[in-house]
Amino acid sequence: MKKALVILVLLGLFVLLTSSVLKMPSLGSIDNPSYNETSVYYIENAIEDTHAPNAIASIITDYRSFDTLGETTVLFTSIAAVLSVLRLNHNSKEKGDKNNG
Amino acid sequence: MVEFIKSIIDNINYVASVALFVIGLYTVLTHSNLLKKVIGLNIMETAIFLFFVSIGYVNEGRSPIINLGGDKMLYINPLPSAIILTGIVVAVSITAYSLSLIIKIHEAYGTIDLNEIMEIKGEKSNG
Amino acid sequence: MDNLIVKTITRLIVPFIQIYGIFIILHGHISPGGGFSGGAVLGASMILYTLSYGLTAANKKLPHKVTGVFESGGIIWYVLLGLVGIFLGGSFLSNKEVGFFMGKAGDVISGGFIPLITAAIGLKVASTMITLFHTIIEED
Repeated sequence: MKKALVILVLLGLFVLLTSSVLKMPSLGSIDNPSYNETSVYYIENAIEDTHAPNAIASIITDYRSFDTLGETTVLFTSIAAVLSVLRLNHNSKEKGDKNNG
Repeated sequence: MVEFIKSIIDNINYVASVALFVIGLYTVLTHSNLLKKVIGLNIMETAIFLFFVSIGYVNEGRSPIINLGGDKMLYINPLPSAIILTGIVVAVSITAYSLSLIIKIHEAYGTIDLNEIMEIKGEKSNG
Repeated sequence: MDNLIVKTITRLIVPFIQIYGIFIILHGHISPGGGFSGGAVLGASMILYTLSYGLTAANKKLPHKVTGVFESGGIIWYVLLGLVGIFLGGSFLSNKEVGFFMGKAGDVISGGFIPLITAAIGLKVASTMITLFHTIIEED
Protein backbone atom coordinates (compact mmCIF):
# COMPACT_ATOMS: atom_id res chain seq x y z
CA MET A 1 0.00 0.00 0.00
CA LYS A 2 2.73 2.41 1.01
CA LYS A 3 4.87 1.24 -1.89
CA ALA A 4 2.07 1.86 -4.41
CA LEU A 5 1.63 5.39 -3.08
CA VAL A 6 5.37 6.07 -3.38
CA ILE A 7 5.41 4.71 -6.93
CA LEU A 8 2.46 6.94 -7.85
CA VAL A 9 4.10 10.06 -6.43
CA LEU A 10 7.43 9.27 -8.09
CA LEU A 11 5.74 8.66 -11.45
CA GLY A 12 4.22 12.14 -11.12
CA LEU A 13 7.66 13.53 -10.33
CA PHE A 14 9.12 11.72 -13.35
CA VAL A 15 6.50 13.18 -15.69
CA LEU A 16 7.02 16.65 -14.21
CA LEU A 17 10.80 16.56 -14.49
CA THR A 18 10.75 15.03 -17.99
CA SER A 19 8.32 17.63 -19.30
CA SER A 20 10.48 20.45 -17.97
CA VAL A 21 13.70 18.82 -19.17
CA LEU A 22 12.30 18.58 -22.71
CA LYS A 23 11.82 22.36 -22.72
CA MET A 24 15.56 22.87 -22.34
CA PRO A 25 17.83 23.60 -25.31
CA SER A 26 18.31 20.26 -26.98
CA LEU A 27 21.30 18.09 -26.19
CA GLY A 28 24.46 19.07 -28.03
CA SER A 29 23.28 22.31 -29.61
CA ILE A 30 26.00 24.92 -29.90
CA ASP A 31 23.68 27.81 -28.94
CA ASN A 32 23.05 26.33 -25.51
CA PRO A 33 23.15 29.32 -23.11
CA SER A 34 25.68 27.50 -20.95
CA TYR A 35 28.21 27.71 -23.79
CA ASN A 36 28.80 31.38 -23.08
CA GLU A 37 31.74 33.73 -23.24
CA THR A 38 33.33 32.28 -20.10
CA SER A 39 33.80 28.85 -21.68
CA VAL A 40 34.93 30.38 -24.96
CA TYR A 41 37.47 32.49 -23.07
CA TYR A 42 38.83 29.42 -21.27
CA ILE A 43 39.20 27.47 -24.51
CA GLU A 44 40.78 30.31 -26.47
CA ASN A 45 43.19 31.61 -23.83
CA ALA A 46 44.10 28.50 -21.84
CA ILE A 47 47.33 27.81 -23.73
CA GLU A 48 48.48 31.41 -23.67
CA ASP A 49 47.71 31.90 -19.98
CA THR A 50 48.83 28.59 -18.49
CA HIS A 51 50.79 26.69 -21.20
CA ALA A 52 48.73 23.57 -20.45
CA PRO A 53 46.84 22.02 -23.38
CA ASN A 54 44.34 20.26 -21.11
CA ALA A 55 41.73 22.99 -20.64
CA ILE A 56 40.09 21.26 -17.69
CA ALA A 57 43.42 20.98 -15.84
CA SER A 58 44.10 24.63 -16.46
CA ILE A 59 40.63 25.53 -15.14
CA ILE A 60 40.77 23.46 -11.95
CA THR A 61 44.38 24.23 -11.06
CA ASP A 62 44.90 27.74 -12.38
CA TYR A 63 41.79 29.77 -13.08
CA ARG A 64 39.78 28.24 -10.23
CA SER A 65 42.53 26.87 -8.02
CA PHE A 66 40.98 28.38 -4.92
CA ASP A 67 37.97 26.15 -5.58
CA THR A 68 40.25 23.12 -5.73
CA LEU A 69 41.86 24.15 -2.44
CA GLY A 70 38.39 23.99 -0.90
CA GLU A 71 37.88 20.61 -2.55
CA THR A 72 40.99 19.13 -0.93
CA THR A 73 39.82 20.62 2.35
CA VAL A 74 36.57 18.72 1.94
CA LEU A 75 38.54 15.48 1.53
CA PHE A 76 40.61 16.30 4.62
CA THR A 77 37.47 17.07 6.63
CA SER A 78 35.84 13.81 5.60
CA ILE A 79 38.91 11.86 6.77
CA ALA A 80 38.90 13.76 10.06
CA ALA A 81 35.20 13.04 10.53
CA VAL A 82 35.52 9.33 9.75
CA LEU A 83 38.53 8.93 12.03
CA SER A 84 36.82 10.79 14.87
CA VAL A 85 33.74 8.59 14.55
CA LEU A 86 35.54 5.25 14.26
CA ARG A 87 38.99 5.49 15.87
CA LEU A 88 38.45 7.70 18.92
CA ASN A 89 35.43 5.87 20.27
CA HIS A 90 37.26 2.60 19.75
CA ASN A 91 40.11 3.70 22.01
CA SER A 92 37.87 5.10 24.74
CA LYS A 93 35.84 1.88 24.80
CA GLU A 94 38.98 -0.18 25.30
CA LYS A 95 39.98 2.08 28.15
CA GLY A 96 36.56 1.69 29.75
CA ASP A 97 36.81 -2.10 29.47
CA LYS A 98 40.16 -2.03 31.22
CA ASN A 99 38.75 0.07 34.02
CA ASN A 100 35.82 -2.28 34.44
CA GLY A 101 38.04 -5.35 34.42
CA MET B 1 3.40 12.01 -31.17
CA VAL B 2 6.28 11.38 -33.55
CA GLU B 3 7.76 14.74 -32.63
CA PHE B 4 7.46 13.91 -28.94
CA ILE B 5 9.33 10.61 -29.38
CA LYS B 6 11.94 12.37 -31.51
CA SER B 7 12.51 15.00 -28.84
CA ILE B 8 12.94 12.27 -26.23
CA ILE B 9 15.51 10.51 -28.41
CA ASP B 10 17.33 13.79 -29.00
CA ASN B 11 17.47 14.51 -25.28
CA ILE B 12 18.07 10.95 -24.14
CA ASN B 13 20.78 12.00 -21.66
CA TYR B 14 18.46 14.37 -19.83
CA VAL B 15 15.63 11.84 -19.71
CA ALA B 16 18.04 9.14 -18.49
CA SER B 17 19.29 11.42 -15.71
CA VAL B 18 15.70 12.11 -14.62
CA ALA B 19 14.99 8.36 -14.62
CA LEU B 20 18.12 7.70 -12.54
CA PHE B 21 17.11 10.41 -10.09
CA VAL B 22 13.64 8.91 -9.64
CA ILE B 23 15.09 5.41 -9.20
CA GLY B 24 17.46 6.67 -6.54
CA LEU B 25 14.69 8.53 -4.73
CA TYR B 26 12.54 5.36 -4.83
CA THR B 27 15.40 3.39 -3.28
CA VAL B 28 15.85 5.96 -0.52
CA LEU B 29 12.14 6.14 0.28
CA THR B 30 11.09 2.49 0.25
CA HIS B 31 14.00 0.56 1.77
CA SER B 32 14.48 0.54 5.52
CA ASN B 33 18.00 -0.89 5.29
CA LEU B 34 20.43 1.95 5.86
CA LEU B 35 23.04 0.59 3.45
CA LYS B 36 20.46 0.51 0.67
CA LYS B 37 19.56 4.10 1.49
CA VAL B 38 23.21 5.08 0.96
CA ILE B 39 23.22 3.22 -2.36
CA GLY B 40 20.11 5.15 -3.41
CA LEU B 41 21.79 8.41 -2.46
CA ASN B 42 24.73 7.49 -4.67
CA ILE B 43 22.41 6.76 -7.59
CA MET B 44 20.83 10.21 -7.18
CA GLU B 45 24.27 11.82 -7.15
CA THR B 46 25.17 9.98 -10.35
CA ALA B 47 22.01 11.34 -11.97
CA ILE B 48 23.06 14.90 -11.12
CA PHE B 49 26.55 14.31 -12.53
CA LEU B 50 25.14 12.91 -15.77
CA PHE B 51 22.76 15.87 -16.12
CA PHE B 52 25.49 18.42 -15.46
CA VAL B 53 28.04 16.91 -17.84
CA SER B 54 25.39 16.47 -20.56
CA ILE B 55 24.71 20.22 -20.50
CA GLY B 56 28.29 20.82 -21.64
CA TYR B 57 28.14 18.43 -24.59
CA VAL B 58 28.30 19.86 -28.10
CA ASN B 59 27.55 17.85 -31.21
CA GLU B 60 30.75 16.72 -32.95
CA GLY B 61 32.82 18.58 -30.39
CA ARG B 62 36.16 17.19 -29.27
CA SER B 63 37.25 16.78 -25.69
CA PRO B 64 38.91 20.00 -24.46
CA ILE B 65 42.52 18.92 -24.96
CA ILE B 66 43.50 21.85 -27.10
CA ASN B 67 45.15 20.98 -30.40
CA LEU B 68 48.64 22.43 -30.53
CA GLY B 69 48.74 22.27 -34.32
CA GLY B 70 46.90 25.55 -34.55
CA ASP B 71 43.76 24.45 -36.40
CA LYS B 72 40.52 25.89 -35.07
CA MET B 73 38.33 23.08 -33.77
CA LEU B 74 35.02 22.80 -31.96
CA TYR B 75 35.47 21.78 -28.33
CA ILE B 76 32.86 20.81 -25.78
CA ASN B 77 32.18 23.13 -22.88
CA PRO B 78 34.94 22.53 -20.31
CA LEU B 79 33.29 24.34 -17.42
CA PRO B 80 30.65 21.75 -16.29
CA SER B 81 33.24 18.96 -16.43
CA ALA B 82 35.62 20.98 -14.28
CA ILE B 83 32.97 21.98 -11.77
CA ILE B 84 31.47 18.52 -11.37
CA LEU B 85 34.82 17.23 -10.02
CA THR B 86 33.95 19.05 -6.81
CA GLY B 87 30.63 17.25 -6.72
CA ILE B 88 32.29 13.86 -7.11
CA VAL B 89 34.68 14.58 -4.24
CA VAL B 90 31.83 15.70 -1.99
CA ALA B 91 29.88 12.53 -2.93
CA VAL B 92 32.81 10.33 -1.91
CA SER B 93 33.17 12.20 1.39
CA ILE B 94 29.46 11.91 2.19
CA THR B 95 29.48 8.19 1.38
CA ALA B 96 32.49 7.53 3.61
CA TYR B 97 31.03 9.48 6.50
CA SER B 98 27.62 7.82 6.29
CA LEU B 99 29.24 4.38 6.10
CA SER B 100 31.21 5.10 9.27
CA LEU B 101 28.01 6.24 11.00
CA ILE B 102 26.30 3.02 9.88
CA ILE B 103 29.16 1.00 11.41
CA LYS B 104 28.63 2.83 14.70
CA ILE B 105 24.86 2.23 14.54
CA HIS B 106 25.47 -1.47 13.98
CA GLU B 107 27.74 -1.53 17.01
CA ALA B 108 25.12 0.16 19.17
CA TYR B 109 21.94 -1.67 18.08
CA GLY B 110 23.14 -4.87 16.38
CA THR B 111 21.11 -4.11 13.27
CA ILE B 112 21.05 -1.60 10.44
CA ASP B 113 17.35 -1.90 9.67
CA LEU B 114 15.61 1.36 10.46
CA ASN B 115 12.33 -0.25 11.60
CA GLU B 116 14.09 -2.61 14.02
CA ILE B 117 16.12 0.31 15.39
CA MET B 118 12.89 2.22 16.02
CA GLU B 119 11.39 -0.83 17.80
CA ILE B 120 14.47 -1.17 20.02
CA LYS B 121 14.31 2.52 20.84
CA GLY B 122 10.61 2.26 21.71
CA GLU B 123 11.21 -0.73 24.01
CA LYS B 124 13.99 1.15 25.74
CA SER B 125 11.89 4.24 26.36
CA ASN B 126 8.95 2.14 27.56
CA GLY B 127 10.99 -0.11 29.79
CA MET C 1 41.92 -14.57 1.66
CA ASP C 2 44.45 -17.39 1.30
CA ASN C 3 44.21 -17.87 -2.43
CA LEU C 4 47.48 -18.49 -4.25
CA ILE C 5 46.21 -17.36 -7.65
CA VAL C 6 44.85 -14.07 -6.34
CA LYS C 7 48.02 -13.36 -4.37
CA THR C 8 50.35 -14.10 -7.28
CA ILE C 9 48.35 -12.06 -9.78
CA THR C 10 48.14 -9.17 -7.32
CA ARG C 11 51.89 -9.22 -6.73
CA LEU C 12 52.48 -9.17 -10.48
CA ILE C 13 49.94 -6.51 -11.38
CA VAL C 14 50.21 -3.93 -8.59
CA PRO C 15 53.45 -2.27 -9.83
CA PHE C 16 51.96 -1.76 -13.28
CA ILE C 17 48.81 -0.20 -11.83
CA GLN C 18 50.91 2.15 -9.75
CA ILE C 19 53.07 3.15 -12.72
CA TYR C 20 49.92 3.85 -14.72
CA GLY C 21 48.58 6.02 -11.90
CA ILE C 22 51.83 7.98 -11.68
CA PHE C 23 51.76 8.41 -15.47
CA ILE C 24 48.24 9.84 -15.30
CA ILE C 25 49.22 12.25 -12.53
CA LEU C 26 52.40 13.47 -14.25
CA HIS C 27 50.67 13.95 -17.61
CA GLY C 28 47.59 15.56 -16.09
CA HIS C 29 48.09 18.90 -17.82
CA ILE C 30 48.78 17.65 -21.35
CA SER C 31 46.43 14.67 -21.73
CA PRO C 32 43.14 13.43 -20.24
CA GLY C 33 43.49 12.71 -16.56
CA GLY C 34 44.75 14.69 -13.64
CA GLY C 35 45.24 14.55 -9.93
CA PHE C 36 41.88 13.08 -9.00
CA SER C 37 41.76 10.23 -11.51
CA GLY C 38 45.42 9.32 -11.10
CA GLY C 39 45.12 9.40 -7.34
CA ALA C 40 42.08 7.13 -7.54
CA VAL C 41 44.10 4.62 -9.61
CA LEU C 42 46.99 4.74 -7.12
CA GLY C 43 44.63 4.25 -4.19
CA ALA C 44 42.86 1.38 -5.95
CA SER C 45 46.17 -0.48 -6.37
CA MET C 46 46.75 -0.36 -2.63
CA ILE C 47 43.14 -1.39 -1.95
CA LEU C 48 43.68 -4.42 -4.21
CA TYR C 49 46.76 -5.30 -2.16
CA THR C 50 44.77 -5.02 1.06
CA LEU C 51 41.98 -7.20 -0.28
CA SER C 52 44.28 -10.02 -1.29
CA TYR C 53 46.92 -9.93 1.47
CA GLY C 54 44.91 -8.78 4.47
CA LEU C 55 44.98 -5.66 6.59
CA THR C 56 48.06 -6.42 8.71
CA ALA C 57 50.31 -6.96 5.69
CA ALA C 58 49.01 -3.77 4.07
CA ASN C 59 49.56 -1.81 7.27
CA LYS C 60 53.13 -3.08 7.36
CA LYS C 61 53.60 -2.05 3.72
CA LEU C 62 52.07 1.40 4.11
CA PRO C 63 51.74 2.41 7.76
CA HIS C 64 49.11 4.87 8.83
CA LYS C 65 51.76 7.41 9.74
CA VAL C 66 52.89 7.68 6.11
CA THR C 67 49.41 8.24 4.71
CA GLY C 68 48.76 10.81 7.43
CA VAL C 69 51.86 12.72 6.34
CA PHE C 70 50.67 12.65 2.73
CA GLU C 71 47.20 13.88 3.69
CA SER C 72 48.31 16.89 5.66
CA GLY C 73 51.35 17.45 3.44
CA GLY C 74 49.18 17.73 0.32
CA ILE C 75 47.17 20.64 1.68
CA ILE C 76 50.22 22.35 3.23
CA TRP C 77 52.12 22.05 -0.07
CA TYR C 78 49.12 23.54 -1.91
CA VAL C 79 48.85 26.51 0.46
CA LEU C 80 52.63 27.10 0.35
CA LEU C 81 52.50 27.23 -3.46
CA GLY C 82 49.75 29.81 -3.14
CA LEU C 83 51.76 31.85 -0.64
CA VAL C 84 54.73 31.93 -3.05
CA GLY C 85 52.53 34.08 -5.26
CA ILE C 86 51.98 36.57 -2.43
CA PHE C 87 55.68 36.72 -1.56
CA LEU C 88 56.61 37.42 -5.17
CA GLY C 89 54.20 40.31 -5.41
CA GLY C 90 51.10 38.78 -6.96
CA SER C 91 47.86 37.48 -5.49
CA PHE C 92 47.18 34.16 -3.77
CA LEU C 93 47.68 31.21 -6.17
CA SER C 94 48.75 33.32 -9.13
CA ASN C 95 50.73 31.41 -11.70
CA LYS C 96 52.05 33.22 -14.73
CA GLU C 97 52.10 36.72 -13.25
CA VAL C 98 54.71 35.92 -10.62
CA GLY C 99 57.10 34.12 -12.92
CA PHE C 100 56.75 30.37 -12.39
CA PHE C 101 58.65 28.46 -15.08
CA MET C 102 56.17 28.19 -17.93
CA GLY C 103 58.16 26.20 -20.48
CA LYS C 104 56.79 25.17 -23.86
CA ALA C 105 53.18 24.10 -24.10
CA GLY C 106 52.96 20.33 -24.52
CA ASP C 107 56.06 19.39 -22.51
CA VAL C 108 55.83 17.48 -19.25
CA ILE C 109 57.71 20.20 -17.35
CA SER C 110 55.67 23.25 -18.29
CA GLY C 111 52.69 25.21 -17.14
CA GLY C 112 54.08 26.81 -13.98
CA PHE C 113 52.78 25.22 -10.80
CA ILE C 114 50.10 23.08 -12.48
CA PRO C 115 52.14 19.81 -12.38
CA LEU C 116 53.19 20.50 -8.78
CA ILE C 117 49.60 21.05 -7.66
CA THR C 118 48.45 18.00 -9.65
CA ALA C 119 51.06 15.84 -7.90
CA ALA C 120 49.93 17.13 -4.50
CA ILE C 121 46.28 16.42 -5.30
CA GLY C 122 47.14 12.95 -6.61
CA LEU C 123 49.06 11.91 -3.50
CA LYS C 124 46.33 13.34 -1.29
CA VAL C 125 43.48 11.53 -3.06
CA ALA C 126 45.42 8.24 -3.04
CA SER C 127 46.20 8.43 0.68
CA THR C 128 42.62 9.50 1.43
CA MET C 129 41.17 6.48 -0.34
CA ILE C 130 43.60 4.11 1.38
CA THR C 131 42.96 5.56 4.82
CA LEU C 132 39.18 5.52 4.40
CA PHE C 133 39.22 1.90 3.27
CA HIS C 134 41.55 0.74 6.01
CA THR C 135 39.62 2.57 8.72
CA ILE C 136 36.25 1.27 7.60
CA ILE C 137 37.26 -2.41 7.30
CA GLU C 138 39.34 -2.27 10.47
CA GLU C 139 36.32 -2.49 12.75
CA ASP C 140 35.51 -6.14 12.13
